[in-house]
Amino acid sequence: MTMLRPFAGPTGSTRSRTTLAADLVVAASIAILFWLLLRMTGTISSPFNRNHAPTTVSTDPSNLPLDAALSLLRMFVALAASVLFTFVYATAAARSRRAEKVLLPILDILQSVPVLSFLGITMSIWLTLFPHSTLGVECACIFAVFTSQAWNITFAFYHSLVTQPPELDEAARLLRLTKWQRFWQLDVPSGMIPLVWNGMMSFGGGWFFLTASEIISVNNHTYALPGIGSYVGAATAHEQIGRVFLAIGVMVVMIIAVNVLFWRPITAWAERFRIENSESAEQPRSVTLDLLRRSRIPHLIAIPLRPVARALDKITRPFGIADRPLVVNPVRRRAIDVVYAVAVLALVAWGLVKMLDYISTSCGLGQFPHAFLLGLATFARVLVLVVASSVIWVPIGVWIGMNPKVNRFAQPIVQVCASFPANFLFPFVTLLLIKTGISLNIAGIFLMALGAQWYILFNVIAGASAIPNDLREAADNLQLSRRLRWKTLILPAIFGTWVTGAITAAGGAWNASIVAEVVTYGKTTLTATGLGAYIAQATTVGNFGKELVGVTVMSAFVVGLNRTVWRKLYRLADTRFSLN
Amino acid sequence: MRTLTTATPIVEVTGVTKSFPGAAGSDLTVLDDINFTLREGEVVALLGKSGSGKSTLLRTIAGLIAPTTGQVSYRGTRINGANPGVAMVFQSFALMPWLTVQDNVELGLRAQGVPPAERRQRALEAIDLIGLDGFESAYPKELSGGMRQRVGFARALVLRPDALLMDEPFSALDVLTSENLRGELMDLWERPDFPTKAICVVTHNIEEAVLLADRVLVLSSNPGRIKGEVPIHLPRPRDRRSPTFEATVEELYRLLTGKDTVTEARNTPTGPLTHPLPTASVGGLAGLVEIVYAHNGQTDLPDLADELSFEVDDLLPLVDAATMLGFLEVEGAQAFLTDVGRDWNTSDILRSKEIFAVQAKSRAPLVRTICSALENSDNGSLRDDFFRDLLRRGFSVDDTERQLDIAIDWGRYGELFDYDADTGELMLGDVAAAAAALLDSEA
Repeated sequence: MTMLRPFAGPTGSTRSRTTLAADLVVAASIAILFWLLLRMTGTISSPFNRNHAPTTVSTDPSNLPLDAALSLLRMFVALAASVLFTFVYATAAARSRRAEKVLLPILDILQSVPVLSFLGITMSIWLTLFPHSTLGVECACIFAVFTSQAWNITFAFYHSLVTQPPELDEAARLLRLTKWQRFWQLDVPSGMIPLVWNGMMSFGGGWFFLTASEIISVNNHTYALPGIGSYVGAATAHEQIGRVFLAIGVMVVMIIAVNVLFWRPITAWAERFRIENSESAEQPRSVTLDLLRRSRIPHLIAIPLRPVARALDKITRPFGIADRPLVVNPVRRRAIDVVYAVAVLALVAWGLVKMLDYISTSCGLGQFPHAFLLGLATFARVLVLVVASSVIWVPIGVWIGMNPKVNRFAQPIVQVCASFPANFLFPFVTLLLIKTGISLNIAGIFLMALGAQWYILFNVIAGASAIPNDLREAADNLQLSRRLRWKTLILPAIFGTWVTGAITAAGGAWNASIVAEVVTYGKTTLTATGLGAYIAQATTVGNFGKELVGVTVMSAFVVGLNRTVWRKLYRLADTRFSLN
Repeated sequence: MRTLTTATPIVEVTGVTKSFPGAAGSDLTVLDDINFTLREGEVVALLGKSGSGKSTLLRTIAGLIAPTTGQVSYRGTRINGANPGVAMVFQSFALMPWLTVQDNVELGLRAQGVPPAERRQRALEAIDLIGLDGFESAYPKELSGGMRQRVGFARALVLRPDALLMDEPFSALDVLTSENLRGELMDLWERPDFPTKAICVVTHNIEEAVLLADRVLVLSSNPGRIKGEVPIHLPRPRDRRSPTFEATVEELYRLLTGKDTVTEARNTPTGPLTHPLPTASVGGLAGLVEIVYAHNGQTDLPDLADELSFEVDDLLPLVDAATMLGFLEVEGAQAFLTDVGRDWNTSDILRSKEIFAVQAKSRAPLVRTICSALENSDNGSLRDDFFRDLLRRGFSVDDTERQLDIAIDWGRYGELFDYDADTGELMLGDVAAAAAALLDSEA
């Protein structure tokens, strides 16, 4: 009986002491953040002349911390831009029937197109927009990251908007919420979980694009921005393999830090926006979030913001309530539809004619079949990559996924691997190729796989860990042989997630082909036969026509394959092999 | 009655028809020429089976969906958007999961631009009134279903709406909770200072309608029409055991299960489009027949529903299916087991499958159509898309799938035909031939 003493909670003094400690930690973090921001803005606003712009960066290790911080800042600016873009674009597509008809197909194509192939084209645009400051190059680099993140996030948010629970939509309309209120009280909260998770995944993928675009050659000129990607680029050019190692170490630390300090707390916080009206058994937890919750500083920051929110609520009131008129004039509506459709089609046709005209005068339409043949070569690499990665990673992924102990330990490692920009490893492979004389035509597959393979592993683990326990017990109970077990339980159960992983891997591989089919170490450059090399070379020498041909053909390959092969597999996975 | 008809109208529904474009070009009519007025001081219940469009009607009144023809007006003005004078309570509560109870209740006031201090005060009053004090800072997911629906009521009542619309507000709650909440709501309604002037409630539960309403409008199914109006003059609180209460329940039961479709059946030829299969599984059917058999072959349906704690929506499709297959006969609210039904229930598995096959093939229109189409095809098999296209002339996409699923379930049990989900192929079963021979010999 004496054992059952009532448990005394934390006493008053210990609670206030932990709160104070939390306050100190949070305040110190905010101070450090501001200091970093100040140092960076100093770098960006320095004078700039296109002809004397730095073509390389110093590889002095003392520059590395600031370089890494600059890269990180670019990542977050791109993320903020992506979220802002998502809010506008997805809302327009979901709320306007006519806008949806145009915005959705564009998004669908942008999502599956290899982003890196556009880099050369967008770089020229940004340099024209900001000719007299580094801002142009900065923008181009951030834009590259943006284009790798935005579509995915936008699609997820659009999807959450159109699949909003109908009764919540009805409640919002009957309560006569204003458009602004509805957006913040219903649309954003109900899309918060897909927003956060897709943001996290896209952010991980974004590192690759950031590091690939910090040093870029356009129009016979190389532009280098101080950053961890350009640091690795410069170290490779100077054959300083030790410094590449150093940068890799910093990169790994940075990825882990961002996960622990930013994504982990945000995903844990986003749990409150889950729609199901019951608490899930396993809540994601985060030490950082606990710290923030214990500290009073977030509340102090929120106090001055409250009147701002109230003012915004008032200012946006004239935009009206979030409702739609019940009675529409069908004749007028039809007429506007027709005019709209004609205008859109005319614009598309005009653009197409202009483009073909430009190509035929600059490099000739004969480039198309040539690029198509090169595309087949790259396609073969992508195919081998997906098959080989599957053969290697499916058994390993299943083993990890079906062993909870291994899974808990392996999951964070795989996450870091998936976020890690594979192009940091290219110098080592290139060095090896130069030493051994293996052709890049074959080794290119390996280079492309360095980044892409993880998507397959990642998804297979997720699929395998989701196999219901009773099915596994049934398989044990029936004493299925290993062969039968794989055939009747494991492979069907992971098919859906494998398809998702393979699509992402294939998409990543097409992108990677642009940096993997031409590689340089020191003075030696290796080139493979393929569409990626074709685009990379066209970008370097500034042949805009060829660039356009390459981009078009690669986009056609990816979109065509998505439509014919992947979508069918998706449907099969959905109808035959889904677990519910 | 007279005081009711002279009271000021709040919502007027005139000639409302609602049809949705069907999958094969033709329109599906959900509501057909509905006229009705919600007046000050009354509680009206809209009672109907599923498919009677009662929720659609309520949403038309709320201004959430547009009628195809006809109009809805609020206090004499035709509405063109969410009805400004009503608040709604939803079956699924429809609370924002990320807002606390307090914030959920305040949301509508916020939309009206009520200043924060007053907003807070009014919300607290509503929370108090509905018995939620102490839960202000809780999130909906921390509450039980009954408490969540209380938040739904508080959110609606804090706006002091002219009319309160309720879409099956108690059907997601357990029996005791709903009984309790219903009682409290009616207590509030009886209070002189209650700001809401009329209530319109949609329900499929007959007893609930009689407990709450001053008049009940009974809606028919496919398409929804008002097929009867029953005034209820019982004093509140109402006693379930009173003879008038029971008589009203009986009367509504008769109206709801009414023979209107059967009389039509004698005039028009039965087909898969005019006579859809009721949503009933073979297992459910067998259970019902078994129970009626255990009641010595005769049972009172309202009593049976009560005994099983079923509601009409659960029981009626089974009764309809059993009647269609000739296992039961229904007179008023009484169900009788037929000889075939008795045979089906008592035979061994093979024999009962045969009986079921014969009955389904001769009496269930869609099953008959599928069988004869398969028999007339070259190799005894056809794609499901063939039947899907046929059905879409009369059903929505969802209903088409449901009809096909039921027919396949029945056909498979009777071994009339088999279905390969991978190829989408329907093929004649082995037993089908035997059943056909049997039918011929009987004819």
